[in-house]
Amino acid sequence: MIEVRQVSKRYGDKHVVENVSVQIGKGKITSFIGPNGAGKSTLLSMISRLTTRDAGEIWIDGKDISQCKSADLAKQISILKQSNQINVRLTVRELVSFGRFPYSQGKLTKEDWKYVDEAIAYMELEDMQHKYLDQLSGGQNQRAYIAMVIAQNTEYVLLDEPLNNLDMRHSVQIMKVLRRLVDELGKTVVIVIHDINFASCYSDYIVALKGGKVIKEGTTDQIIESSVLREVYDMDIEIENIRGNKICVYFK
Amino acid sequence: MTYRAKLGSLTIFALALIAVFLFIDVGDNWAYVLPRRGWKIAAMVLTGGCIAFSTVIFQTITNNRILTPNIIGLDSMYMLAQTGVVYMFGSTTKLLVDNNVNFVLTLAVMMLFAALLYKMMFKREGSHLYFLLLIGIVLGTLLGSLTTFMQVLIDPNEFLVLQGKMFASYNKVQGKLTIICSVVIVLVAVYYSRLAKYMDVLSLDKDQAINLGVDYHYVVKRLLIVIAALISVATALVGPITFLGLLVANVTYQFMKTYRHALLIPASILISIVALVGGQLVVERVFTFNTTLSVIVNLIGGVYFLYLLLRESKSK
Repeated sequence: MIEVRQVSKRYGDKHVVENVSVQIGKGKITSFIGPNGAGKSTLLSMISRLTTRDAGEIWIDGKDISQCKSADLAKQISILKQSNQINVRLTVRELVSFGRFPYSQGKLTKEDWKYVDEAIAYMELEDMQHKYLDQLSGGQNQRAYIAMVIAQNTEYVLLDEPLNNLDMRHSVQIMKVLRRLVDELGKTVVIVIHDINFASCYSDYIVALKGGKVIKEGTTDQIIESSVLREVYDMDIEIENIRGNKICVYFK
Repeated sequence: MTYRAKLGSLTIFALALIAVFLFIDVGDNWAYVLPRRGWKIAAMVLTGGCIAFSTVIFQTITNNRILTPNIIGLDSMYMLAQTGVVYMFGSTTKLLVDNNVNFVLTLAVMMLFAALLYKMMFKREGSHLYFLLLIGIVLGTLLGSLTTFMQVLIDPNEFLVLQGKMFASYNKVQGKLTIICSVVIVLVAVYYSRLAKYMDVLSLDKDQAINLGVDYHYVVKRLLIVIAALISVATALVGPITFLGLLVANVTYQFMKTYRHALLIPASILISIVALVGGQLVVERVFTFNTTLSVIVNLIGGVYFLYLLLRESKSK
């Protein structure tokens, strides 16, 4: 379990995240939703130690992360940021093999390569595993990065807007993979997501943030409610039940 | 070509150039000529290796292929030290004329400068690497202006003596100093060997490196120390030659086409040796010492730099 205890982050005088406490349960997809500037990505970065926090503590499986070695944390928690610009020219397979660094320190064993092969197969990237990343489309790139995270084989997988700039087909594909990671491999997935309907259809638990504070959290059914969403987004959102899914209608 | 074949052919090419350099026109006086050329070659291998090594590391941690370590201002510090000595004590002072004393002085000044700069930077937790570079540029410019200020005030004859120190030169290399340098370099290399495994991961980017468990600030801090030590040693031995790094590092990336530093670093060292020994051969045999090595290196490096810039802008 990830426990976030009274965490704050300021840039200058502006509180980006203010006194946030959240618990993230194991074996679930937890989505962070909220308007732009709510502090979702910052919170995710702090949980994954990419950003330092000004106050508060973060505990993972009963351990304070500031007491843990970074190298050990890399076997427990992984993060994928929304934009991944790398300067070196890598093939898909090379990128995925970087996911094994926490275990092998760059000298990959046979077992490491087995994990790499599995991750590539899991993301259905076998055909293009020897292609360079700059030869692939945005969706294929995103899948390659997710394969790297899968090869890292951590209990907790954090993704910052994994659907950014993807079309509907690729978005569904990615969300289905995340669902499978939880259901088949027992991982815990935390995502920052803007598309409220993807959050509604795929997540188990939703944390709604606004202005750096958690204003509501609960199961998907509890959060996908007109009254709650009005408070989060300041707009009226109708909710229709279509084939067992709660779909938000907010386009007009 | 496999990576091994590439490294092999580079090695052969470098050795062949070294052999040509050693034995061309050796004549009857070989007992006098060979040791002198030998020390020259040793200095070129050492400094070439230092510059290539530190530039590749530097470009990896900054994730930028057009920066070289002289952006931290070490070259400017070297120039200021030399000019300051002439300005204050004249061109006949032991501090300038005695190579050993001059070496120790410039090495100490550069290391002190790097230590102060780093200390100032690392006191603040989490400050950005580019901030260090910015401070380096500003300080480098300040030191450069001070140097020019003193240069216009000194006697023109003394300026001519000083000019000898302003360009990299292998014509007066001292055996003893070369040995001292190689000892320092071996120590630095041993220090680096613990950090070597992080290099490939660092070339991804900062966030990815942290995600994969690299203690980013710890590692980068130590790599910066390695860079400062190598640059200082090379510059103190032969003069400012950091510009060589840009050329060498980029040729290496183009030639090797890999991200693995276990291959990139040896290749860059070999290419650097080829550039230096080849350049020195041209200086000695074609221009018969009428030009300096840095002029040749800067000419080729400058043209290549323009080519890089033009190609970058075309691909956008």
